[in-house]
Amino acid sequence: MNNNGKKNPSAAPNDPPDGPARRTFLKLSATALTAPLLLSARNSDAAEWVTTPQPVFPPSPPTRPWLEELPRQIVPIESVSTLDPPPSVSPNTAGGEAGRAPHQRYAELTGVLGTPEFYELSVVENAEYLVHPDLPTQRVWAYRGTNPDATVPATIFAHYGSPTLCRIYNKLPENHVGFGSPEISTHLHNLHTPSESDGYPGDFYSKSMAGPTLDTSGTKQGAGEFKDHFYPNIYAGYDEWRALYGDGIGDPKEAQGTLWYHDHTEDFTATNVYRGLVGFYLLFDHIDTGKEDDDKPGALRLPSHPYDYPLAFGDRRFAPLPDGQLFYDDLHVEGVLGDKIVVNGKIEPVLRVDARKYRLRLLNSGPSRFYEFYLVTAKDKVQRFTYIANDGNLLPQPLFNQSKVRLAVAERADIVVDFSQYPIGTELYLVNRLRQDSTRKPKDVKAPGTRVLKFIVDRNPPEQDLSQVPNQLRPLPDLPTPEEIDKLPKRRWEFDRKNGLWTINGRLFDTHNPRAKIKQGSAEVWELVGKSGGWSHPIHIHLEEGRILSKSVDGIEVPVPLHERGRKDVFVLEQTMTMRVLMRFRDFHGKYVMHCHNVIHEDHAMMVRFDIEGEDD
Amino acid sequence: MNTRRELLLGMGSLGVAALGLQAWRGAQAQSQLALSTNQRIPNTPLVTHEGKEVRFYDDLVRGKVVAINMMYVACADICSTATANLRRVQQLLGARAGRDVFMYSLTLQPELDTPELLKAYAELHRVDPGWLFLTGASADIEELRYSLGFSDPDPLVDSDQTTHTGMLRVGNDAFQRWTMAPALAEPRQILATINHVSRTLTF
Repeated sequence: MNNNGKKNPSAAPNDPPDGPARRTFLKLSATALTAPLLLSARNSDAAEWVTTPQPVFPPSPPTRPWLEELPRQIVPIESVSTLDPPPSVSPNTAGGEAGRAPHQRYAELTGVLGTPEFYELSVVENAEYLVHPDLPTQRVWAYRGTNPDATVPATIFAHYGSPTLCRIYNKLPENHVGFGSPEISTHLHNLHTPSESDGYPGDFYSKSMAGPTLDTSGTKQGAGEFKDHFYPNIYAGYDEWRALYGDGIGDPKEAQGTLWYHDHTEDFTATNVYRGLVGFYLLFDHIDTGKEDDDKPGALRLPSHPYDYPLAFGDRRFAPLPDGQLFYDDLHVEGVLGDKIVVNGKIEPVLRVDARKYRLRLLNSGPSRFYEFYLVTAKDKVQRFTYIANDGNLLPQPLFNQSKVRLAVAERADIVVDFSQYPIGTELYLVNRLRQDSTRKPKDVKAPGTRVLKFIVDRNPPEQDLSQVPNQLRPLPDLPTPEEIDKLPKRRWEFDRKNGLWTINGRLFDTHNPRAKIKQGSAEVWELVGKSGGWSHPIHIHLEEGRILSKSVDGIEVPVPLHERGRKDVFVLEQTMTMRVLMRFRDFHGKYVMHCHNVIHEDHAMMVRFDIEGEDD
Repeated sequence: MNTRRELLLGMGSLGVAALGLQAWRGAQAQSQLALSTNQRIPNTPLVTHEGKEVRFYDDLVRGKVVAINMMYVACADICSTATANLRRVQQLLGARAGRDVFMYSLTLQPELDTPELLKAYAELHRVDPGWLFLTGASADIEELRYSLGFSDPDPLVDSDQTTHTGMLRVGNDAFQRWTMAPALAEPRQILATINHVSRTLTF
């Protein structure tokens, strides 16, 4: 191996500081990548080429940990009493609404459930956001509610049986320069949502632009400054249930709890989410009531607000100082793997907690990094906690004494941590032990890992902790018998790569043409197939969650981990894995998508439209 | 100073034969490219199928909306289909092609694809004005290919021209925003991406 003539990486800081920032950056990147390349080449067996011949981006500037504090408790978005103009079933294009399809079943469902609770969200740019005191302020995008005290990210508390109507304004600057595109299409992942409110990728809008699938018949040709999203908050299988019982809002076994919303604009999901377009939507019902002192029979009394705390983790990369700005390379087919983890928008923050039980709702908001989180002491001793929900859905029984949470992009895990077992003053860390070198897949698990969040147990709770983790949480809906499953239609979806593009069944996303047409109310077995190794695809299917029936790798059946045996909406297809998933398509019709939630794969066409056809279609 | 070139030089010293990286051989040659001040898109010297010498950034990209793919004349795989498909996109663009939206096809085999050959190829595919087929020095084209993300992180895949990129790189230089569309996607799907990026059809 000949290292002569190569630049010494340490020479980089000697570059003239007054040169253009971009040039400095390029110099740094060039010198930074030489050494690792040569190192890895010395040992031919260990040579790893995953990041070459792509550019190796320079590391983010160093940040001193634990300087930023997360709010002790979150403050949700408040609902509003009225919307002006008032919401309408058909889009109010004259009043500034984008050209969506009319709300499905609006009169019927609000007739049964009552007037929706109104929310007003604005998607805004904040050019002065502080992500960490060692970095300059950042130009980020965010969802904002009407109450200025709401915490980051914007969080909505909603309740089953009480519909929500969320008006989402697009106030992004139209002349925005750089990565990300200032149109929005907001997907509430994975609410059981009518298609026109689902944030279909082609339904993006701004006051001057309309996506290709919006209705362009209005005077503004589909463009609009806002769009109303109708979230009925009914259980999947509403129609079935009411046909059986004549009443109710569906089967509570289908309840979802930890949902999140994010931008889904076609071709720009990765960059728009990376700019910050992420929020939480927490759904409660008569058992997961959000009240730990609830004395009603059946109430689970899980740790509740303010001890119910959502945490969104996302990977980010920042350009070298003095620029220090959020960095993304939208000319890079593999996207950018972040080397800084933001937790609710802050790098290496501290969360002060009371010595009591907390429900922590962990979300991997992407874009590309996977995590395996451990809770450790200052001496890296692994701590135990209780795993209660995966992908936002409570498991039938809690998984006690767990030590890790693995999350692919878009996966969620709710855990209960009992901080009462620690003396006041104890410091604990959430660490990520999953190493990853490329956006394609995680590499391996290695201790002690990277500390991403610090907990300080700094006081006793002002009131007694009445919460509990009962031995039974939420039962699962009965599965059909194996004979019944055998009779269901099968659909095979192969996830592959061809000509440098990510494909599903050899094809690329077509926003206008469904690759499957499915009768509303039907059930199918979907076979998700990783066709070639080398990457992991977290597959997300809109409209309803599914149940993993089996998993196999190269034809050999592998066990489904306990936490994946509930209802899931993200199916992590690792390399050459095949998964059989029971899917249902109930209550609503229209266009939906299935896609890889590694959003750079999604934006590189690994997405498929499927249409649910109603009785009249 | 350039990211990709530095990298290619580093790779070259590993031994081309050992890695079987035919495509990288040319890249070891020093090229004299300069990056434009604020862009990392190289200002590569190129020749159009009409025989005109151009600079990639200054003449073809600066301030423009562009759609760029890679092809070569002898390609027996997706190139002809992709070119025919992009021809339909050009027709959908109508008068905007060459005025608001510029289409470029870069050859993957610059040593074989002379301007004359590319001209014949363009004529064969009845390409209208406003769409340029481009060739140049091998090392320069390689650098440009990496700069635009027409590459695969796996060097064996990357060097295999039979699996070469099917991506259409779509960008708007004025807004410094880039995305892609599959060159084989439905023409109206490609058009939708171009329209989104071009921002010229705003209401």
